[in-house]
Amino acid sequence: MLRFAFNRLLQAIPVLLIVISATFFLVHSAPGGPFSADKAVPPEVIRALEAQYNLDQPLWQQYVSYLGDVLQGDLGPSFKYSGRTVNELIAAGLPATAELAMYAMLVALIIGISAGVLAAMRPNTMQDYLPMSAAMLGICMPSFLLGPILVLVFGIHLEWLPVSGWGDIPGDKILPAITLGTGYAAYIARLSRGGMLEVLSQDYIRTARAKGLSEPLIIFKHALRGGLIPVVAFLGPAFAGLLGGSFVVETIFQIPGLGRFYVQAAFNRDYTMILGMTVFFATLIILFNLLSDMLALWLNPKLRQQAGGES
Amino acid sequence: MALLDVNGLKIYFHTRDGVVKAVDDVSFSVDSGETLAIVGESGSGKSVTCYSLLDLLPKPPAKIEGGTALFDGEDLLSCSLERMQHFRGNDIAIIFQDPMTSLNPFISIGEQLIEPLIYHPDKARRLSREDASKRAVELLDEVGIVDAPARFNCYAHEFSGGMRQRVMIAMALINEPRLLICDEPTTALDVTIQAQILELIKQLQQKRDMAVIFISHDLGVVAGIADNVIVMCEGTVREAADTESVFYRTSDSYTKRLLAAIPEGAKTMANRAEEGQPLIEVSHLKTYFNDYSSPAARAEKRQVKAVDDVSLSIQRGEILGLVGESGSGKSTVGRSIMQLVPITSGSVSFNGTPISGLSSSQLVPWRQRMQMIFQDPYASLNPRMTVYQTLVEPLLYHGLANSNNIEQQVQQLMDDVGLARASMRKYPHEFSGGQRQRIAIGRAIATKPELIIADEPVSALDVTIQAQVLDLILDLVERHNLTMMFISHDLSVVRYISDRVLVMQRGSLIEEGKTETLWANPKEPYTKNLLSAIPLADPKSERERLSS
Repeated sequence: MLRFAFNRLLQAIPVLLIVISATFFLVHSAPGGPFSADKAVPPEVIRALEAQYNLDQPLWQQYVSYLGDVLQGDLGPSFKYSGRTVNELIAAGLPATAELAMYAMLVALIIGISAGVLAAMRPNTMQDYLPMSAAMLGICMPSFLLGPILVLVFGIHLEWLPVSGWGDIPGDKILPAITLGTGYAAYIARLSRGGMLEVLSQDYIRTARAKGLSEPLIIFKHALRGGLIPVVAFLGPAFAGLLGGSFVVETIFQIPGLGRFYVQAAFNRDYTMILGMTVFFATLIILFNLLSDMLALWLNPKLRQQAGGES
Repeated sequence: MALLDVNGLKIYFHTRDGVVKAVDDVSFSVDSGETLAIVGESGSGKSVTCYSLLDLLPKPPAKIEGGTALFDGEDLLSCSLERMQHFRGNDIAIIFQDPMTSLNPFISIGEQLIEPLIYHPDKARRLSREDASKRAVELLDEVGIVDAPARFNCYAHEFSGGMRQRVMIAMALINEPRLLICDEPTTALDVTIQAQILELIKQLQQKRDMAVIFISHDLGVVAGIADNVIVMCEGTVREAADTESVFYRTSDSYTKRLLAAIPEGAKTMANRAEEGQPLIEVSHLKTYFNDYSSPAARAEKRQVKAVDDVSLSIQRGEILGLVGESGSGKSTVGRSIMQLVPITSGSVSFNGTPISGLSSSQLVPWRQRMQMIFQDPYASLNPRMTVYQTLVEPLLYHGLANSNNIEQQVQQLMDDVGLARASMRKYPHEFSGGQRQRIAIGRAIATKPELIIADEPVSALDVTIQAQVLDLILDLVERHNLTMMFISHDLSVVRYISDRVLVMQRGSLIEEGKTETLWANPKEPYTKNLLSAIPLADPKSERERLSS
């Protein structure tokens, strides 16, 4: 298992290098620069600023020195938030975003798996059609629509929950988590329905039935483990997606997370910030994919033993 | 009253294409200590009948339309699911055909074994985990699992096929059922393992005075163990009587056909092998594969010696049988000769010219001269190509036909393999298993090859269809002057078709001889074992064989 992880991490190095290079040259090829938006700045000031951040050097030199910094874990200073480094900014925004992503994932897993399993137990009946139609709706519904609707209904109309904020009023984390998690819940519902249907048609489920086991026991003990493997494989990309995709929800609910830095950075041509966030998210995506692959491997005894010996 | 009394059972499948009467008015009974065999070909309704007793059929499409199944006086067909869970695994247990797919790959076999005990629907009879485990280990020991306590925590993939079926049997017996249903329990197993499993079931039945329902398509297996037999065909009972009456005094035309279809005795066609230069010469062939089965094997770059130093030759016109149990390397020999797998060392010559080591483009002209028929006609035909396309492809590829005569050539092939010309625009799924194998044979003979390697060509077919396909193969060999290597685990089939036989074990040839000489006088103990394990479709001699 360790060897498997090590190999996968080795493969991640060229991937990250490509991501960094592509992003680096793309942002530099976009028109304008970090200081061109500011009005009435004398050219000599801009030159001084550019010299301070090494922007006056040839592009390839900037590229090499940036790579060198990244290797040491230094994502550089932000061009817009003067005096603060990208590392600091990420560290400031990450806790809220990570917490939101975790709650959203919890919502997605609980709703998604129960809907999928229920649907798979009686395929092609109302018990299947109802949750699956809801799932379709959940996939189609963008969070910038769902968020305001939830705010209107539960925040303003019913006055059950706070309409914005993060950690200020009890219960203000519920609506953002549901808004962000719904789309993923829908995907997970469809994946777990597919996986469970496949497993429930297996001969060994018939064997379990023939042994006289009760239906709940068959579902939870015999079917769930195999049926949820597609879900487990989806967890990695999903979690990375939740972390990187929470911008809209953070904006709606005024959450001090990472999302707003990312979008602001793009508008500001804050080169180091864009690059830093991209590298950070790319690393997260690779890591979470690896984790979910390892979990899927571990769930299957045959693969577990084969991989286990490699460590 | 008997332990189980089934009366007028009717099960229909309501499908999009209409109602299929899977089981239509079936009645039988079986009592403690008795063995009832239900015999029939695929689609006869024998498994559906038995699954309905434990409510294991998918409903819909299946629907029980009538009849009763009284078990100890209580109707199994109309009882509640809760009541049914009491019967399942406790009073009535079942063993399925394929022990690999019937065991849960995610749960250790020990855990699967004790489930009926620790989750017993009757709470008073539930055992603790420790007691249940003790009982399970004892039972594993009884069904012949060596080192049972250590194997208790293993998973299904860590057992061989025969051992898995033993685990299945232990699982079925763990609550001391009064009725054991065996659904083709030995069909997926080698003949020597089959003999052991049958013996085991017999012993366990006698010890526990169980009633056994034994579902099989193999009359040889049935002859030795059944007290009574019912023969099913297309959902109805064609004949129900004691075993000897069915085998010796049947008046039913279908039963007669079934009995006549069993390949028996020697090859009736003359040996056409020519003297002189052999068509195929294999010398010191070794085909090794990398072993990925266990972590240790992979770490040490171990190899599986699928074929280990095999030398053989096939004369022109000869039919050479190659027999062995699963894993003996017989299929790999076939594929190595055809150059379908890379060989490790050794050489293969076709008509005196070495063909091993040629590149795939150099092999093209040779491929036309040697063809292969595969085991499973369901998997080996492209489902998206019509029969016409399948047959035309090799003809065009090898430049054997042009647009003027291609239609006629394909029609000729259809005639050759006994398929209606009109059906050549159909797709494989529109044909039955036997017809599909005819298509595969047509595809193989299309290029007018000199050599055909047939790898278990009739194993996936029903016994009456098997007989027809074997006769077709013999007929084609004669008409097209073919040389053939016939690979099979079924010794009766090999005897029926081959002039000479090679026996393989663990990658090596261990014995060879003219078919009849070998049958009369096998030298190696392995061959003796193999031959003596063949069940005979004759109750008297089969019982003598079993008791000896």
